[in-house]
Amino acid sequence: MSEGTAKTPLEFHASLVKAIAETGDRAAFETLYRYFGPRVKAVALRQGTDPGLAEEIVQETMVNLWRKAALFDPAKAAVSTWVFTIARNVRVDLLRKTLRPEPDMTDPSMTPEGEPPPSEIVSRAEEAGRLHQALSRLPAEQRLVLEQAFLEEKPHTEIATDLDLPLGTVKSRIRLAFRRMRAELGGGE
Amino acid sequence: MTITHHASEALLLDYATGALDEAWSLAVAAHASLCAECRSALGDMERLGGALLETAPPHAVDDAGFDAVLARLDSVTAEPPALPVASDREYVLPAPIRRYLGGDVGEIPWRRLGVGARQVLIPTGTPGVTTRLLRIPAGKPVPAHSHGGLELTLVFSGAYSDSTGHYGRGDFQEADPTLRHQPHAAPGEDCICLAVTDAPLAFSSPLMRLVQPLIGI
Repeated sequence: MSEGTAKTPLEFHASLVKAIAETGDRAAFETLYRYFGPRVKAVALRQGTDPGLAEEIVQETMVNLWRKAALFDPAKAAVSTWVFTIARNVRVDLLRKTLRPEPDMTDPSMTPEGEPPPSEIVSRAEEAGRLHQALSRLPAEQRLVLEQAFLEEKPHTEIATDLDLPLGTVKSRIRLAFRRMRAELGGGE
Repeated sequence: MTITHHASEALLLDYATGALDEAWSLAVAAHASLCAECRSALGDMERLGGALLETAPPHAVDDAGFDAVLARLDSVTAEPPALPVASDREYVLPAPIRRYLGGDVGEIPWRRLGVGARQVLIPTGTPGVTTRLLRIPAGKPVPAHSHGGLELTLVFSGAYSDSTGHYGRGDFQEADPTLRHQPHAAPGEDCICLAVTDAPLAFSSPLMRLVQPLIGI
């Protein structure tokens, strides 16, 4: 972009969402569409959705991204995390036609987070880089169960049936993989 | 408030991926409203979902689809940033539950269950799963029972104890058919909790089994 500082892809994406929120920047929107659209579509197709419906999920997800751009907080999440949650909610709504109750972050009864200790405040860019690296180093069997859970949206019981594994094995593979990822994120341990 | 009993990782993960049905999701969302630790775990799971989404091999989208979206943007109303609601009011029930019931514990139509307890059913779109708010009188036991299926319990006020431990505000219990227990409400304050079940409770007492259909539990 114009200021000449090299941005990581993550900072670049966050700046595009900001441009949409502040000025309704359609060029910024198109860049995000070209990047995330094909990924959201790939995930929908993996779930056995027919191509027409997969395209509808992409379009709804991107319209929601446009609509909710002002709600995006780059200090709290990477754009990819945010898009994952929007696409997930669109799939629950369009495919499963069910509701997914969520905590209301503005609820006065919400227990406050407390300030994270300084060691946990790593930049989102650094964090995403570490997460991608850790994913690529994950044993194939752990990566497979994670993909089935997150990309194919299968509950534990269904993963166990499909892979012909005991439920306990699926749970422990997911647990191991998640612990490893969390350790990379520097929290939770 | 110290929460010592959390939702299991498997349940949190099914919620984070979107695989969990509405009634169970309501219990997880209500627990996460009260439990910063589980909220943080859910946040990490969503980050993992984002990383998996980003590294998934992309699949080409339709150009016509992009044009259709552009044409829709003019008529889309942007959502303003979310601001915390300033309120002096303290709620017993977290927002996801209040939204289903239309109010807090003092504003909802409690019905007598017969054994001194009261309940309010919470309608959800999950077939075969019963979601209810229970109010157990302070100091009183719930008749001993086991579970035909899965039962999730989340405490909002007061407390109860059973052979597995003590459950206070925010604490979450997952009971499966292997657990037979007799929860006992702690003295001092009525125990108000959410209970989500996919099978009727199996009461140990023949008398309870006899009146069970009449009191609707």
